[in-house]
Amino acid sequence: MTTAPVTTTETTYREALREALREALREDDRVFLMGEDVGSYGGCFAVTLGLLEEFGPERVRDTPLSESTFVGAGIGAALGGMRPIVEIMTVNFSMLALDQILNNAATLLHMSGGQLNVPLVIRMTTGAGRQLAAQHSHSLEGWYAHIPGLKVIAPATLEDARGMLWTALQDPDPVLLFEHGSLYNMSGALATGAGHVDIQRAAVRRPGRDLTLVSYGGSLSTSMTAADELSAGGIEVEVIDLRVLRPLDDATIMESVRRTHRAVVVDEGWRSGSLAAEVSARITEQCFFELDAPVERVCSAEVPMPYAKHLEEAALPQVATVVAAARKVVS
Amino acid sequence: MPSLGADMDAGTLVEWLVRAGDTVHRGDPMAVVDTDKSAIEVESFDDGVVEALLVEPGTRVAVGTPLARLVAVGMTVAAPEQSAAPAAASRPAPSPGQVVVPAPSPGPVVVPVGGRPGGRVSPYARRLARELGVDLDRVSGSGADGAVHAEDVLAARATTTEQVPDSPAVEEPVALESSAPPARSARSARRETIAALMSRAKREIPHYYVATTVDLHALTEWLRRTNRERSVAERIVPAAAVLKAAALAARRHPGLNGFWVDDAFVPAPEVHLGVAVHVRDGALVAPAIHRTADLSLPEVMAALRDLVSRARAGRLRRAEMADPTLTVTDLGDQGVEEVIGVIYPPQVALLGVGRVVERPWAVDGLLGVRPTVRLTLSGDHRATDGATGARFLTTLDELLQHPEEL
Repeated sequence: MTTAPVTTTETTYREALREALREALREDDRVFLMGEDVGSYGGCFAVTLGLLEEFGPERVRDTPLSESTFVGAGIGAALGGMRPIVEIMTVNFSMLALDQILNNAATLLHMSGGQLNVPLVIRMTTGAGRQLAAQHSHSLEGWYAHIPGLKVIAPATLEDARGMLWTALQDPDPVLLFEHGSLYNMSGALATGAGHVDIQRAAVRRPGRDLTLVSYGGSLSTSMTAADELSAGGIEVEVIDLRVLRPLDDATIMESVRRTHRAVVVDEGWRSGSLAAEVSARITEQCFFELDAPVERVCSAEVPMPYAKHLEEAALPQVATVVAAARKVVS
Repeated sequence: MPSLGADMDAGTLVEWLVRAGDTVHRGDPMAVVDTDKSAIEVESFDDGVVEALLVEPGTRVAVGTPLARLVAVGMTVAAPEQSAAPAAASRPAPSPGQVVVPAPSPGPVVVPVGGRPGGRVSPYARRLARELGVDLDRVSGSGADGAVHAEDVLAARATTTEQVPDSPAVEEPVALESSAPPARSARSARRETIAALMSRAKREIPHYYVATTVDLHALTEWLRRTNRERSVAERIVPAAAVLKAAALAARRHPGLNGFWVDDAFVPAPEVHLGVAVHVRDGALVAPAIHRTADLSLPEVMAALRDLVSRARAGRLRRAEMADPTLTVTDLGDQGVEEVIGVIYPPQVALLGVGRVVERPWAVDGLLGVRPTVRLTLSGDHRATDGATGARFLTTLDELLQHPEEL
């Protein structure tokens, strides 16, 4: 670095999330945490490890294995003036709470004529790549991004893991925060004192002139690696991290596509009806006359996620498939 | 009726230069068309035999209207079912067939793109072709199944000299002697065209200006000496040397030689200097001297003479109107010392040349009298900065100090 001394700390995505939770619990006494195994066990993915000891059982609460019950309790607490953070172990299990999320959390503001807002944050693990098979590996955040009344965010970097939670807690309406399971062990340098970040805009993670790669969450690192490989072959790729899946930041995407005239969307969800489909449609709607090639999508194979390693890899977007799609578009 | 500029929607056929039965080759002049701004020779897009002339002289027709029908050389004159073939069938497919002279058409008129296998052109490529005046019929696609992408259009723009011109061709009216007067006053129509183009330039182009005064002692001495050995008709004027030097300088500073298209600078692969020529009625044209930098100085001089005389006769070719990559406007003959010009969109620079004036001039600490000229570069600040313009003028000055190397 130059003159401004920026000190950094080596940390992980998991620790950055934990630090964000710790800050929220410390700074706002309306905040409490609940979910399956978040207390004594320290969280299924160890995100909440040590928080029970630090903040006590009133504020870090283990719940029964009933997603509908504890998400509903979270909605009630939010209506009662609290700022609950509810953890659902994986997005697959959130289906059991879908009634609460869709029919209550997302809808109450509208149904009450603006009288009842639900300031609730729900954290979920999403995504595949760890041989956890079809019970634990699906990427259903695109479904939630379909629902009016929700805000859906997906931190893909240490900065966002550290900074998005606080901003989400300030939102008067429900926010769903998706943590890709393969990111928890991601380590790197985070600026000491890294703080809150916006949850409104997509980010350009790498500038480029030939092609726009739109990605988010667990697919971001795949896209960045593919961009490196393509760059070695003379194709300069611009990588966009959506960060916010609902509402989508059209401006950042379109500004990029208007420069590169080509786009590939990488999304770990299933292709049909995916978030990638939404992004692709918007590009075509808003940038049709700028496009020099059809928009390509790289998504997961439309199968329940396999357990066997080679099959799981074959089902997921890989660097090679992203590179191939990019070459097809740029050819 | 070809579109001879982005804002042209109709034209008047002034005169046929061919008759039915004539064999024509691609590039041969076929007709003279009045565009409200100038009389321009329309060239054939293909080799073939003229089967029929479809439009009478004096008729004003919309862009895209077939003017004549060609059949490929060696074919019998068209059978009825061939006549019925759509114009688009003349796409570059090698099989001989109907060729209807020309139908490229920006604006609301649909460009036919059939004929190409699949006929696929990306939306961006199609838009770019319209903006650059590239005839998609002449673009070969590099994509899967022959689809045309933007880079194919840009490549065609770079290599073809027969495309429909973009606005540089439109901007400058030429006096027209025509048996078929346009509906409204030709002069006011021409003025409207200049008004529209110059308004666009001043509205869209953030101009910057840099200027310098150049000592022409070396050049005038050298011309005086060498012109003694030339016949009167071959004598070289300083303006030709400035043109040649400007072309060489443009080659060294390619950021000033090209076009601003779609929010980005597109460099031109060759230097085709546009030369502003004044014609009657206060009108003005700026046709190109092709590959100016590659011509010898006597060739530049000859090209200049030829261009001026044809411009004044209203007989410029489409390619000359279409191709300028950088324009030079020399108002020295009008007596002014300095010209601070307006750039012709989509070009990105314009060189203004004043009168050669004898001025007191310090050389080696002594005051003398030297012939000098004021050179002003107007630059598009979106494409380049003042430093680029300054370097261009410095290069130009250096080149003019060594006229024997021009």
